[in-house]
Amino acid sequence: MQQYEQCSGGTFRVFATGMLALCALVACSPSDPNPEPEIAGTQALTKLITAEQYSNSLAYIFGPGIDAEVQFAPVAREEGLLANSLATAGVSGGQVQTIQSLAASVASQVMDVENRQYLIGCRPENVAGPDQTCATQFVSRVGRLLFRRALTDEEIATYVDYASDAAVELDGTESAGEELDGFYAGLEVVLEGLLLHPEVLFIIESAEPEPDNPEQLRLDAYSLASRLSFFLWNASPDDELLAAAESGDLQSPGGIERAVDRMLESPRLIDGMRAFFDDMLVFDEFKTLAKDPTIYPEFTSVTAQDAREQTLRTIIDHTLAQGKDYRELFTSRSTFMSPALAILYGVPALPGWTPYTFAEDSPRAGLLTQVSFLAGTSHPGRSSVTLRGMALREQFLCQKVPEPPPGIDFSVLTNPDADYPTQRERVAVHLETPSCAGCHRITDTIGLSLEQFDGAGAYRITENGATIDATGSLDGFEFDGAIGLGEALSQNPELPRCLVRRVYSYATGGPPGNDARPALSYFNEEFAAQGYQLRNLLRTIALSKAFSLIQSLIAEETL
Amino acid sequence: MSKWDRRRVLKGMVKGVGVTVALPLLDYFLNDNGTALAQGAPMPVRFGTWGYGLGGTGKLFVPQQTGRDYDLPEELASWAPIQNDVNLFTNANAFPDASPNRNHYTGWVVSRTGIAPAAGSGPSETIDLTIAKQIGNATRFNNLTATATADARDTYSYYNASTPNAPEWSPLSFYQRLFGSDFQDPNADEFEKDPRVIARRSVLSGIMDQERSLMQTVGIEDRERLDQYFTGLRQLERQFDQRLTKPEPIASCVPPGQAPADVPMDQSTESLKLRHQMMAELMAMAVACDQTRVFNMTYSAAFASTIRPGYDKPHHTCTHEEPVHEELGYQENASYFTRRAMESWVDFVEVFKNIPEGDGTLLDNVLILGTTDVGYARTHSIDGMSVFLAGSAGGKVKTGHHVDLNGNSVAQVGYTALQLMGVDTPSWGTLSNESSEVISDVLA
Repeated sequence: MQQYEQCSGGTFRVFATGMLALCALVACSPSDPNPEPEIAGTQALTKLITAEQYSNSLAYIFGPGIDAEVQFAPVAREEGLLANSLATAGVSGGQVQTIQSLAASVASQVMDVENRQYLIGCRPENVAGPDQTCATQFVSRVGRLLFRRALTDEEIATYVDYASDAAVELDGTESAGEELDGFYAGLEVVLEGLLLHPEVLFIIESAEPEPDNPEQLRLDAYSLASRLSFFLWNASPDDELLAAAESGDLQSPGGIERAVDRMLESPRLIDGMRAFFDDMLVFDEFKTLAKDPTIYPEFTSVTAQDAREQTLRTIIDHTLAQGKDYRELFTSRSTFMSPALAILYGVPALPGWTPYTFAEDSPRAGLLTQVSFLAGTSHPGRSSVTLRGMALREQFLCQKVPEPPPGIDFSVLTNPDADYPTQRERVAVHLETPSCAGCHRITDTIGLSLEQFDGAGAYRITENGATIDATGSLDGFEFDGAIGLGEALSQNPELPRCLVRRVYSYATGGPPGNDARPALSYFNEEFAAQGYQLRNLLRTIALSKAFSLIQSLIAEETL
Repeated sequence: MSKWDRRRVLKGMVKGVGVTVALPLLDYFLNDNGTALAQGAPMPVRFGTWGYGLGGTGKLFVPQQTGRDYDLPEELASWAPIQNDVNLFTNANAFPDASPNRNHYTGWVVSRTGIAPAAGSGPSETIDLTIAKQIGNATRFNNLTATATADARDTYSYYNASTPNAPEWSPLSFYQRLFGSDFQDPNADEFEKDPRVIARRSVLSGIMDQERSLMQTVGIEDRERLDQYFTGLRQLERQFDQRLTKPEPIASCVPPGQAPADVPMDQSTESLKLRHQMMAELMAMAVACDQTRVFNMTYSAAFASTIRPGYDKPHHTCTHEEPVHEELGYQENASYFTRRAMESWVDFVEVFKNIPEGDGTLLDNVLILGTTDVGYARTHSIDGMSVFLAGSAGGKVKTGHHVDLNGNSVAQVGYTALQLMGVDTPSWGTLSNESSEVISDVLA
């Protein structure tokens, strides 16, 4: 601690060269008013790649024309994110078979007569047999991108041998009524094997001593490249990032800044942040979200997909394209509209996706009034004040609403249901029963302010003929309706802190422990100082020691 | 079956079953008694599970009489055609002991592992996978797991707390996985080794040679996860080996000729029943074709989200919130959902019963464990729980009984199933759920 106090306090009293050397050690600059505190770092993890990361990586290597859509087994949501359990998730035998089927399909597409001339990168002297030169070139290029590290000469030689043997065996044999060309058939079998290799499916991080402080471990260059790339792009590192890791540039002074700035300016950042918000907003639920068509006939599977898309577009435009304050996402009237959504929103429809701004007198402003939130946190046939309140607290404030206690006598809940016209009366019983009130008090008062939107997210002012009372409260703020709720949330100090917590755990692969508190405080201060801009937050985290240092205790075991 | 034209979906299968029964060709494959394959191996006994959410409605679900020919209460009325093929166990407990009672979780986890899950922890290895370790490696698939819910998260099968056994959730992809281009018809006239499979197997062996060096790069817990992945690769290797070996003919195996088409993927009870039926038939035929000897079907999740069109609450919410009907004296819609679940259980048992095998049916040579997560739906209690066992496990089980378990653990049924499947273990489960005695009422 003393070191950076010196650094920030005594700026002009030391020689400039000494100053720079000191600051290089503690990651601050002479003008840095808020240097990063020392922390132990995170653990080196072995993370299961997600289906989307796998597909995105293949799209980078082979182009978007290759169909690599696949579903992996769902993982558990831990402390708000699916990403938090990738370091503990296993792969079942059935899943391996699914991956093999996909690998076979991708390999066959790459070697297809139409594609091979573009995707192999070289041509064999003779398609009917082995060609060591071209096979070596392909295996080393593609293997490096798939494994996120350069293959050893021995590994390359082994795979090229397999390709050569198979080229001889398979030349002239028939598959799906066509005669195979030996060279490509051999390479196809090898590519299929590479695609289901454990090092492709698992992202294995490894650590090394810091050169200037050997007792402290850090991610090695390849692991750092992978952690950055999966964080910011939701895909494997590209050629340039791997090259920076190989040359040592990534870990040389200014190297990581150059790499991160390039990644933050790349359009691939959009893919990365869409994946993050998809996870944070529990949009995996949208794969199965459906409404009862007899109650909400206007809500179709297209509506569900468009609702998710609308929110992601809104977030990306607001935070990355416009660079606006994250908190204003909950009050902004700007969004995007599609024809399927226009029906639910009751606004004119234009073809495709178009920017749309809700009028000043509209009851809608901010993410909480979008169909994705409203419908995603409702039952198939009606709204739910409890689910909405719970989702707001868990998704945006990082608070955990406890599960209902076991052994509840649910009969106390059964009486009012059929007779009272609006949800307010129906859920009142929650608050009258002591064992329920503790939790429902922190959820239902939020959800009641969104009651002017039905279970599909459409606006309404009455329920069963009775006018809906949409007054509610959130942590001391009282308001009437969804606009007020959005404003109260945007002012809630936990809102930006929650985003920081989620981004940091998403970036490093697990929920932050207590020892990460100083780092989180530092990120919170930086986020506030930089106007709550997402891109700046990503940069602060990616460049932090908290991102790349590895805790010695755990890491030693893996070395 | 209301709207579903079976022939559209499984034309070959339905048609084929009839043909198989009629032809004396069967004799060619069977020994003189018709109870074993000609090579002398007895018909293998296979194990399956079936799971649904939210138990039943007390007296509407639990018969008053025990033993054979017991009364069928309203919610079990649909059981009439299979009553004699199933054993029903009621009045059992899933003891949480020192662990919390985790709603919708403790009940089925104890039924399938014998161990009450601790707070925040997932299930240990479930019974199907324990059995699959013993009998699963002789076939193309170590086990088959499917859900009719159209939700890939709904499974009652776990390798360990962090590895759910992911289910097939689309009837079409289930069909393709089972009977698509990689299916080897055991009754096909011709057999040729596919040279591409030989090449694939060789590359796969090369990858598996790297197991030891890769293990050294990770910590102990991650080693287990990688080891599990390599186990998956070994299963794949066995699958390749099987594709290089001419399969023995199996008379009962009549693969469906057509893939399922126009499958509705919504949550209505009607669509759920249809998907369940399609997947059950595919699964049963995969068992008959000896593609697997262990199988799991999820009809509905513990937090069942099934909807009754026109009624605003899905099944789970309904059990919490529906008022007790003043005249009927029970939750009418909750009971509706339970009745539909029981009808699909009947469908499931019947698809096995409809496939001839040896001198009986496939059902004679399977044992199917049916579980749920609670006893009484409305209170989500984990006492008064029910468990089912269908099939006679190769003649080892006498069926048609209702057994009152007198408040003992549901794990007793699991232990009995393990013993019947030849998994020799002195006991199963922990603490109050530990079981070491088979339920003799159902032993033949």
